[in-house]
Amino acid sequence: MSDGQVIIGLEIHCQLDTKTKLFCGCSTDYRDDGPNTHVCPVCLGLPGTMPAVNRRAVEFALKVAKAFHCEIPEECEFSRKNYFYPDLPKGYQITQYDRPLALGGHIVIESEEGGEKKVRLTRIHMEEDPGRLVHCGGGSRARYSLVDYNRSGVPLIEIVTEPDLRSPKEARRLLAKLRATLEYLGVYDYGKEGSLRVDANISIAGHDRVEIKNISSYKGVEKALTFEITRQRSLIRRGASVDRETRHFVEARGTTTASRSKVEEHDYRYFPEPDLPPLRVASWVDDISLPELPDARRERFMSQYGLSVNHARTLTGDLALAEFFEVVAGDDPLLVATWVADILLGELNYRDRSIATVDVARFRSLIALRKAGTITDHSGVEVLRAVLDTPEEPASIVERLGLAVTGEDIVASAIAEVLSEQPQAVADYRAGKGNALNYLAGQVMKKTRGRADPRDVGRRLTEALAE
Amino acid sequence: MEDRFNAYLLRSEDPGLDSGPLAGRTVAIKDNISTAGLETTCGSRILKGYIPPYDAHVVTLLREAGAAINGKTNLDEFGMGTTTENSGYGPTLNPVDSSRVPGGSSGGSAAAVAAGLADLALGTDTGGSIRCPASFCGIVGLKPTYGRVSRYGLIAYANSLETIGPMARTVADVSALYRVISRPDPRDTTMQGRPYEHDPVASVRGLRIGIPAEFFGAGVDPRVSAKVQEAIETLAGCGAVIVPVSMPSMKYALAAYYITCTSEASSNLARYDGVRFGPGGESQRSWHDAFTAVRGEHFGEEVRRRILLGTFALSAGYYGRYYGKAQTARANVAGDFERLFGSVDLLAGPTMPTVAFRLGELADPLSMYLADVLTVPANLAGIPAISVPCGEVAGLPVGLQLMGRRFDDETVIDAAAAFEAEVTA
Repeated sequence: MSDGQVIIGLEIHCQLDTKTKLFCGCSTDYRDDGPNTHVCPVCLGLPGTMPAVNRRAVEFALKVAKAFHCEIPEECEFSRKNYFYPDLPKGYQITQYDRPLALGGHIVIESEEGGEKKVRLTRIHMEEDPGRLVHCGGGSRARYSLVDYNRSGVPLIEIVTEPDLRSPKEARRLLAKLRATLEYLGVYDYGKEGSLRVDANISIAGHDRVEIKNISSYKGVEKALTFEITRQRSLIRRGASVDRETRHFVEARGTTTASRSKVEEHDYRYFPEPDLPPLRVASWVDDISLPELPDARRERFMSQYGLSVNHARTLTGDLALAEFFEVVAGDDPLLVATWVADILLGELNYRDRSIATVDVARFRSLIALRKAGTITDHSGVEVLRAVLDTPEEPASIVERLGLAVTGEDIVASAIAEVLSEQPQAVADYRAGKGNALNYLAGQVMKKTRGRADPRDVGRRLTEALAE
Repeated sequence: MEDRFNAYLLRSEDPGLDSGPLAGRTVAIKDNISTAGLETTCGSRILKGYIPPYDAHVVTLLREAGAAINGKTNLDEFGMGTTTENSGYGPTLNPVDSSRVPGGSSGGSAAAVAAGLADLALGTDTGGSIRCPASFCGIVGLKPTYGRVSRYGLIAYANSLETIGPMARTVADVSALYRVISRPDPRDTTMQGRPYEHDPVASVRGLRIGIPAEFFGAGVDPRVSAKVQEAIETLAGCGAVIVPVSMPSMKYALAAYYITCTSEASSNLARYDGVRFGPGGESQRSWHDAFTAVRGEHFGEEVRRRILLGTFALSAGYYGRYYGKAQTARANVAGDFERLFGSVDLLAGPTMPTVAFRLGELADPLSMYLADVLTVPANLAGIPAISVPCGEVAGLPVGLQLMGRRFDDETVIDAAAAFEAEVTA
């Protein structure tokens, strides 16, 4: 049989959002600048330079370790990982090996069944990012390559999970939870290109494990894993074996391909970095206080605002979204939760925009109009779209499009017309078919072009039918 | 003055300042220490043409102290050698006898000072590279306590062992130069924030000086032993208490040293790939082949040998047997010193087992490695050690080595000053 349990473990690299690099004073804010403009002798690996640890980066990493309930040894140590590659200026990467910053810990996610699931962590360690290669002439046929060292030395944390994940969806949830927590901690900015890189280990129980390298978004992780499960299951179904190998994710096609060369089988010759004394972090840890994290905020949204668990989870799953909600919640948080979680998010996704781009004042006006009953949910969506796509004020949009809730006569006449046009449905209703009422209400809404309040229509239609 | 001994790889004209503790004094700088605007090659062809964009911390301090930097001195490539014959730019000759080597790897600095081409010089000492040439050229050289002089800008060979240190014709000058270069530097976080601010006091009265039997064992030229024993008697005559002691861990010191330094070197020297500096540049080959070509072509034989040795020692499956074990041996050496310094203030013995070799005499690498046996223990333990001239054997200088407790460079310098005062009086 080929439907054995799926087993997934992740190694997640996140750039820490510090102002300066891990071992020198260069700025990490390089994304809008030209190549090799944020470099110095240290991050270029010039002969004679020495690393000096950025304390802020260590504090950021410790925050993460604390948030995920890791054990933090009193002392940790940096090691050298030796390998040659043109983007690696020193011929080794300073990372942590046998004495990492943090061990154990866990991240809680929503399980497939809707409950809570603890995904165990193996370790969290710190390391420096290498530079970046730019292949001129395109892909593997490039005629030459250029190196940009702006990224060289940017602090990373690597978070390694135990093989506790059972589906691509769980993997995506873990990454979403990780991202949210890191953003709540103020140590990470997912919006920065290249700030997340994931290696995924995946196997079908009883078969060999495959490592997928260097996936750069959490949607990519779900895609790569889904593809890989299908590939591995079909191999197993055909009686073939799954090779233990490293594969690469091809973002554009959503597939994985085998790495071509055995050069990737490295002996990294780790040894302690002699230029950096062991780092005693014990006293730093005590000084670190954590802000409210996603789980706590979710509980608070439920108790303080009375939100459903689903709304609370959605709204706290992203720091900017949670902040936005609290700013606009006002005195009708349930109405606002529905509008933000169920309507606004969908409109933003459709436009590939972030919550930060929403004009708080105009969104508030829109909610006020809806709360006053001036507009219906249906026409409210139309107003919202205009709010997102134009600079126009909601009140003006309502007036321009004639979306204000209509007077009773129009609803009454629409009901009268529908009842005379739909004798069959009326008969069905009287015969006790409940669906007929919905059908009739839909017809009324259609005639009023959505300007009527559906609850009002339902109530008055029932009255009319009872006459 | 003409450089008849090939002491310098590059000479420069910097007048220095009119004021400052080293105002106008000429200082030669070993060419593995970075100097902004002055080519810095480490004696290697692979750094030919490399001009650092920054000054090493010690160079900044020298400039601030008013020193007149007068050039960059020759060395064994990347500091790997005991004779300064392993330079990519030809050997340096010993000013005392130009058929002899000056010792190494800071042979250029020692020769510059001994020949009077510079008042003072900076050397670096990984396993004896300041003390050996000081001994062979008849000058004074100090290997400071590890962590007392910033290594920022020192082109790394073996980070955990090496330190920059002063070389001069007198203990007073060594002390004056040490004062200038031991200022704190946040860029070297292995520093301990213990600057040297001492004025030498030429006295050993009441000091207990241990004499480890192992420093006078097999392989040490009996004439050198005898000369150093005389020096120890001189110290006794000045009021020191001489105590025979033993250092059993000495027999592992050389192996621990060579495994540690080659391992670190194999990693430190990985950056010489032709991408950012030095020869290399345009290549039609894949990066892997281009790296191999540059490194194969421009590294010297001894450097390649040590990279291979170190790469092997760090390999998976061998780490525990070599690098790991070397660290244990290293801890034993440090432990031995600590035990001895519980009952004595200083240890004394020869700096080198012999006087300066003839050029080409140490043809096989192993006999060259063996010559470091008396100097490497101080590096393994990070303790201060000085070589001070104590006479001649067959017309060639012999060095007395004095070793002290970690961060007690002051007592080492005081004892050397006392000895110097006594023999030159």
